Amino acid sequence: MLRLTSSRLGSLLAGRPTAALTFSIKGRAASQQSHEVSEAVDMSRSMYYDRVDMPLPDKPYKDVLSEAEQKLKQKEKGPWSQLTNEEKVALYRLKFCQSYAEMRAPSGEWKTVLGGMLFFLGFTGLVVWWQRIYVYPPNPRTLEDDWKAMQLQRMLDMRINPVEGVSAKWDYDKGQWK
Amino acid sequence: MFRAAVRLSVSGARSLTRTQPRCQAPLASRCYSHGKQETDEEFDARWITYFNKPDIDAWELRKGMNTLIGYDLVPEPKILEAVLRACRRLNDLASAIRILEAVKDKAGPHKDIYPYVIQELRPILSELGISTPEELGLDKM
Repeated sequence: MLRLTSSRLGSLLAGRPTAALTFSIKGRAASQQSHEVSEAVDMSRSMYYDRVDMPLPDKPYKDVLSEAEQKLKQKEKGPWSQLTNEEKVALYRLKFCQSYAEMRAPSGEWKTVLGGMLFFLGFTGLVVWWQRIYVYPPNPRTLEDDWKAMQLQRMLDMRINPVEGVSAKWDYDKGQWK
Repeated sequence: MFRAAVRLSVSGARSLTRTQPRCQAPLASRCYSHGKQETDEEFDARWITYFNKPDIDAWELRKGMNTLIGYDLVPEPKILEAVLRACRRLNDLASAIRILEAVKDKAGPHKDIYPYVIQELRPILSELGISTPEELGLDKM
């Protein structure tokens, strides 16, 4: 007997359900052996699915019908014009879980995703800030302004990159930048 | 359909320069560089025959419908009439309503196709007593 936990069910249904094992076996009662934390689905039987590209699933949504529902199914065998709108909707809901409108309805998940993203980005910023204060060693002496000034003067004296670089931009006659 | 793609790639550039592949939109056609192309009428006739089978069973209805919806086209009202009659023979109102929803969904952004289809199907919808999803409020959340 093949079993599948409902947590893996979602990813399987994202693919083609025909690729999954759908073998319709009539008359087999649903059996659950051990009491597991997550509900196991019997993968050897046909499964119901709501898909916009496959309108008629392998089995109806509700298999086990109450007395009233069975009577309604009997009434369905007669002329449909005798059914009220409520009965028609009830028949639809017996066979299908979600209508197309419900399948297509936007979920607003993007707000959660964006919000979560920005939150964790912000949290990372706080972590980096804390690191800057408590983890980083002091800056090297060579990054201080007076050292950098002496370094630049030395570079100009050595005529570093005199054609297109730093020395080219320095006016030696006037002692200032061009 | 995959065979056609292989044929195109195997025959190479030579056959493409010789014959222009004719791709007819919007109804179904296969773009062969050679070989017989099924016309729209032949396609429709084939599917109407499929659904007009007097003793069609539920599996065949589901298989036919799922396959038809898989094509890159909105089925003609003639085909849908045959489908709805098949639903009637199978005493399956829910599937009939589902199929109308599927047709509306297939039309996608072309909002004028579904009203046209419903208009063409009005006689059979009244005859069989099928309500549209809109009449039942199933098109809303």
